[in-house]
This record gives sequence, structure tokens and C-alpha cells, in this order.
Amino acid sequence: MENQRREQQPDKITVENLRVFYKDFEALKGITIGIKANRVTALIGPSGCGKSTFLRTLNRMNDLIEGVRVTGSIKLDGEDIYAPTCDVVDLRKRVGMVFQRPNPFPKSIFENVVYGPRRYGIKNRVQLMEICERSLKQAALWDEVKDRLHHSALGLSGGQQQRLCIARALAVQPEVLLMDEPASALDPISTAKIEDLIADLKKDYTIVIVTHNMQQAGRVSDYTAFFLAGELIEYGETATIFERPSDPRTEDYITGRFG
Amino acid sequence: MSALWQASKAAMPKGPSHKEEALIAPARRPGFWRSGDPLVWMSAGALAVSLLMVLGLVLLVAVRGAAYFWPAPVLRLELADGSTVIGEQVARERAPAATPSSGARHRIQLKVGNRDVYGMDFLWVDEDQIALRETPREIAVLERLQGGDAYGIPVRLESAQGTVHGEGMWQRFQELHAQVVRLRNEIRRLERDRVGAINHRIEAARLALVRLGRSGAKDPRRAAEAARQEEIIAQAEREYQEVLQEIRSLRSQLGKGVLVLALADGRELEVPVSEIVRVYFPNAMNLMQKLGWYASKLWEFVSQEPRESNTEGGIFPAIFGTVLMVLLMTVAVVPAGVLAAVYLTEYAKEGWVTSVLRVCIRSLAGVPSIVFGAFGVGFFIYFVGGRVDRLFFPEKLPAPTFGTGGILWASLTLALLTLPVVIVATEEGLASVPNSVREASYALGATKFETVWKVAVPGALPGIMTGVILGIARAAGEVAPLMMTGVVKLAPELPVDGHPPFLHLERKLMHLGYFIYDLGFQSPNVEAAQPMLFATALALMVIVFALNFAGIRLRSRIRARAADRV
Repeated sequence: MENQRREQQPDKITVENLRVFYKDFEALKGITIGIKANRVTALIGPSGCGKSTFLRTLNRMNDLIEGVRVTGSIKLDGEDIYAPTCDVVDLRKRVGMVFQRPNPFPKSIFENVVYGPRRYGIKNRVQLMEICERSLKQAALWDEVKDRLHHSALGLSGGQQQRLCIARALAVQPEVLLMDEPASALDPISTAKIEDLIADLKKDYTIVIVTHNMQQAGRVSDYTAFFLAGELIEYGETATIFERPSDPRTEDYITGRFG
Repeated sequence: MSALWQASKAAMPKGPSHKEEALIAPARRPGFWRSGDPLVWMSAGALAVSLLMVLGLVLLVAVRGAAYFWPAPVLRLELADGSTVIGEQVARERAPAATPSSGARHRIQLKVGNRDVYGMDFLWVDEDQIALRETPREIAVLERLQGGDAYGIPVRLESAQGTVHGEGMWQRFQELHAQVVRLRNEIRRLERDRVGAINHRIEAARLALVRLGRSGAKDPRRAAEAARQEEIIAQAEREYQEVLQEIRSLRSQLGKGVLVLALADGRELEVPVSEIVRVYFPNAMNLMQKLGWYASKLWEFVSQEPRESNTEGGIFPAIFGTVLMVLLMTVAVVPAGVLAAVYLTEYAKEGWVTSVLRVCIRSLAGVPSIVFGAFGVGFFIYFVGGRVDRLFFPEKLPAPTFGTGGILWASLTLALLTLPVVIVATEEGLASVPNSVREASYALGATKFETVWKVAVPGALPGIMTGVILGIARAAGEVAPLMMTGVVKLAPELPVDGHPPFLHLERKLMHLGYFIYDLGFQSPNVEAAQPMLFATALALMVIVFALNFAGIRLRSRIRARAADRV
């Protein structure tokens, strides 16, 4: 039953023959993958395999790095995001991102959350407050910070900061949420909270998460993609990948024989 | 272990190998140099020396500057040769060995005043020549508008109502003097406000006439306008004559009353009451009176204009000029410096051009300030100022408006001088904002512009403030470039007044640093000016400190806001 419904899920993002070059180095060697809507897709693989690079092509954060060249196509709801007509600002509004280390702005909690909405021209203070409350509640942080919204975000703990960054990304109501090892810098309790959060969020968002933690990938994701040396080795339902991987390299990696 | 081994070898390079084993144990205690203790002592010593020098300087200036306002006792000395002197002791030192009257151990320096009688203010007296030393209560010190202080014993007061001796004299003097002060203030007010306003009107009308004449047209509307301006001038001239008449009549009332002093040598000195600023009896004052006197002198010092080629009176115009100039400089340097640094760090493509630029900017910080002064003269005054005059003030030519030194050019020259400091500090502030935070902004769909101005620059604000504080500290004490770009010994008008446009950027300014230089090296009577010199130096230090303190408070407020409320 569950499996059937999953299979019916349409692709949110379709990637075809994606190649990324850093100057002469080919970081991604022809990736073709379809990311399912309202599902959590985990990207796993050893360091330097290109999974972070892949993640960053999905909202064109690689544009900021000099000497990066991208070929192939990435379609979000059928629209090519690398087309000249595509507005990067609009794309990043639809595809939010949470980074490896918590990176709140040196501003108040409130200002952190409403930074995105402010950029899109919302000035009404009441409206901003509503957005702030909704986003913090979604990120399961509201109860902890509701009395000190105007205190600095830098005064929060690492786990709270990371959930604040998630709230900040949610405040612009994206369709896709990219997470680059969002729990790697956190303690186990904060990690558990983030994982619970991810399970909640997939009702409304399509989530792509990079992780080095196999248990985490197994716990939170519906689909798993295994990257190795810039290539997509295997992609499928998480249960399948973990229990019956078709490629021996995937099995080696998952069972900890290398990487 | 290997380090110890080597140490023991170094200590005993020629030692036979079988003895080295035994030497390891004593070598375990690090040597005197290797322990690092000498370096700790040296660094502590260096800090102590710097602290002592700073404290010594501050104490010297603070003590001597603050003592300026204290009413010192006035001595009356009878000397061995039968003569008498009256004066304030200002210094005491070991007499030079070459003095013929051998046996003199010390000598004292007296400020005897009465420059108009004696021709000098100061006198050295050998201590062994003093037969009698006393501080009579009836000795008065007269601060005068001209000729410096007068010391003596008041004997009588001559006025239109006759001559008064003894008891009644003091009361009579108070009445006369109160009237004189009132008249003097009235005259000053008339001269400054009424005459100033009339001059302003005449000047405006004259310039309007010149403009009308320059356009050379003959049409009747212009002729009518010219006639109207002529009428304004004539009207103003008439008013001027009226005011002049008023001033003359006030002046004539001043001339009554003469206070006669008995000087130390028995001569009498007649001092017109109209010349007296105030009279006090330092030897008869109790502590409360002295404190009151101190406060009133201090107030005069910071609120009044200087007298007697800056050796008496107050330094208000110099304080005003210094603060205004620093503020104008800040207004000019902060936007320029911050924008330059933002471009250099956030927009410019890193490469050899930016490297060369950075080196140049840092070198600029080391260029002597006098060079900036010369640049200010050449560029701002002659080049920019000259063009501004030709474009906007042609009717005033050949008299320059902006084509000569003024507070605007002085401030801009100093802004140029402090620009490298602000740029470097802003760059460092921007570099301290982590890139991950910029990425977060981009990931939320912010543009580069928004990321720079909403995230990077606010994050760099404390660094920017540090640069501004350093710049102010440097600029407030600079004198050399100002001497070339618009500072004067005595400016007739403040750069801010009641006539539009209220802030007169073309005017000359007075500056505490130049005031000190002028007082210390250009004054006709350097010794008499010395107390004022220290007081002014103290004032400059206090102002620089206050400006810095304000900047530091502002910076910590910004930091607290970044940490707490935004």
C-alpha cells in the first residue's frame, strides 16, 4: 500500500546528464535522477564524491563559485532552472537550503526568520510576526524562543541555531528544502530533534538531504542515492538500497568497508 | 626526551659521552633564557615604561593646566636692599652657580604683573635676598582688558561723584563695575548682532548689484531692481549710523571712574574701571570663595573668546572649531571609506590590481600629514575652490570665497588623511563576517546588493567604528595640514551663526592644536602665556578623549545591539 503510493509520486526535480566542472576537474560525471515530490531523498557517499556539489546545483549556489561550469539539465516542475530566462532569486525562493554548520545572521531571532520575507517586500510588522511564529513553530523552536524573539540569534545553542536556520529557510515558503549534513555539527539530542523535524516537514516539502551518517539516512529518508567519485552508483527506495543493494560498491560503503 | 638530550649536548658540547648521561638531570631545569622569564620581564618593563610616559604627560598637563584657574596667594617681599616687590610665585629653582651673590641656594620667579609700568611680567628673586615675606589681605589682583594683570593695594576710587577712600570705596566700585559690565555687554551685543546683520544685508545687496551690472542688460525691470537694492543699501547705511551713534553714546558712559592702586614701589597706578574685567583679593579668600572663583574662571575659559592675542580669556572658538571640524571630517570620511572598502572586498575581482591598491592605501596611512596639507592647498583650495568661486561666486571676485583656506577644506584634507584608516578597518571588519553567513543570505534569494548591505556591512559595523575612532583620534590632534588649509590665530566669526545658510563652510576656523602652537611659540609674551598653554593642552586632551569615548560607547552599543536587539 505504502509502496504503491510512493511509486505514484511524481518527480519534483528531474536531472538529466548533469555534469559539473570546477575549472578542469569534473566533479559530477553525468548524473540522471528524479527527485520525488514530498519525499525525503538522502544523498550518501564518501567525502569528495560530489553529493554536496550536486545539492548546490539544485538551487544554483555553485554560481557563486568562480570557474564552475554546468552542463545537462535540471528541471524543477518541468522548468529548466539553468535556462537564461530563469530568475535565480525566484529559484532560491522555491528551493531553500540549510547548511552544514548553523549560520544565523548576527541579528535577532525575529530578524533572522523574516530576513527572506523582507527581501520579497513584506514590510507589515504584523504580517512578519505571523510568518515568524508560523516558521518557528514548523521548525519546533517556537516554545523555546517565543519570549526572546528580539534577542540575538547568536545566544542560542548549536541545535537551536540550526533549527532557526531551518525556520529561516521555511519562512519564504519554499517547495524544496536542501539540507547539507544539517546535523553533523550537533549533539545527539539536537540531531534527534532535527530528524523528527524532517519527518514532519516532508508532508509539505520535498527534502533532499546530504548525510554521512548511514543510520540517519536509514531513519529519515524514503529514497537514497549513492554517489561515488562524481557518479551516481545507485538510486532507489531506502529500504531496497540498505537491504538489497544491487551494486557491490554500495554494499561495501553501507556496511562500512570503505569511505 | 630528544629535546633534553640536545639541550644537554648544547650545554656541554665538548663533554665526553659517558658523562652526558649524568648531565641530563641538571639540564632538566630550563636555563635562564630558555625559561622565557627574561622576555616576560622585558615585555612587562616595556609596558611599564609606556604607561609611565603616558601618565607623566597626562599628569603634567592636567596638574599645570588645572592649576591655571586656582587663585594663587600673592606675596609681598621686602628685599635686603630695602625695595619691595609684590607678585605671585610661579617657580622656584636652584640659583645658577655663576650668580655673583654667592651663597644663594634657590631663587624664585615672581609674576609681578603691571606690564605697562614695569615693562615685564616676571622677576627672579634670590631667596637669601628676601628680608620679609608676607601675604597681606588687602592686595588686589586686577584682570584688565589690556596690559595683563595688575597687582597692588587699592587706595582710592575717583569718579564723577567724587573720590572715595577706605570702606565705601569697594561698594562704590562694585556699583560702577556692574554698570561697566552691563554697558560692555550691550556694546558687544550691538556690534556683533546689529552691525553684523546690517553688514550682511549690505553685502547681499552689493552682490545683487554686481550680478545685475554683470548681466549688462538695460531693461527697465533690472533698473528697478537695481534701484531697489541701492535703496536697501542706503537704508542699511542709515541704520548703521544710528547704531554707531548708540555705541558711541554707550562708550562715553564707560569712561567714568578710575581705581588707583598703590604699587609695591610706592608708585600709584590709575586703572580706568572700564578696563577692568574683575578684581579679586586672593589672600583674603577662604576655600569656598576660591572654589567659586575657580569655577567661574573655568567657565570663562570654555565659554568666552580669547583676549590679548590669545593669552587671556577663553578658548571657546577654538573648541568649537576643533569639534565642528572633526564632525565634518567624520561625515566626509565615513561614507567614502566604507564605500571604497565595500567595493574592494565585496565587488572587485581579486588580482594584482587589488593587491597594488591595498598596498597603496596602507602606504597612504604613512604619508606625513604636511604632505596632505600641501595637497589640500593645491587641490581643494586652488583647483576646486577656485573653480567653485568662478562658477558660483563670480560677483565676489577677486576676493575668494572658497578659493582660500576654510573649515570645509581643512575638514576634507583631514578626511583624506584618515581615509586609509577607515578603509583598512572596514575591510578587516568585512573580512571578519563569515562567508557562510553570506551564503545563507544568497540561499534565501537575496541579491548581492542586499547581502552586502543587510548582512556584511552591519556585521562589519564594530570594525568600521574602530576605524572611525582611530581616525578621529588622529585627526583631532593634527595641526600641520590645518595650518595650510584654513586655521587662523583669531577668527572674527564662528563658522555657525544666525545668518543663512547658518553653516558657513568657507570661513576660517580656530583650532586648539594651532592655538597651542601659537601660544607656545608665536606669542609675544611666552612666559605669560604658559599657564593658558597648559590649560589649552588639557582642553584638547579632554576633547580628544571625549570624542574617542563617545565613539567607543557607540561601538559597544552597536555590539550590544548585534548581540541583543536589532
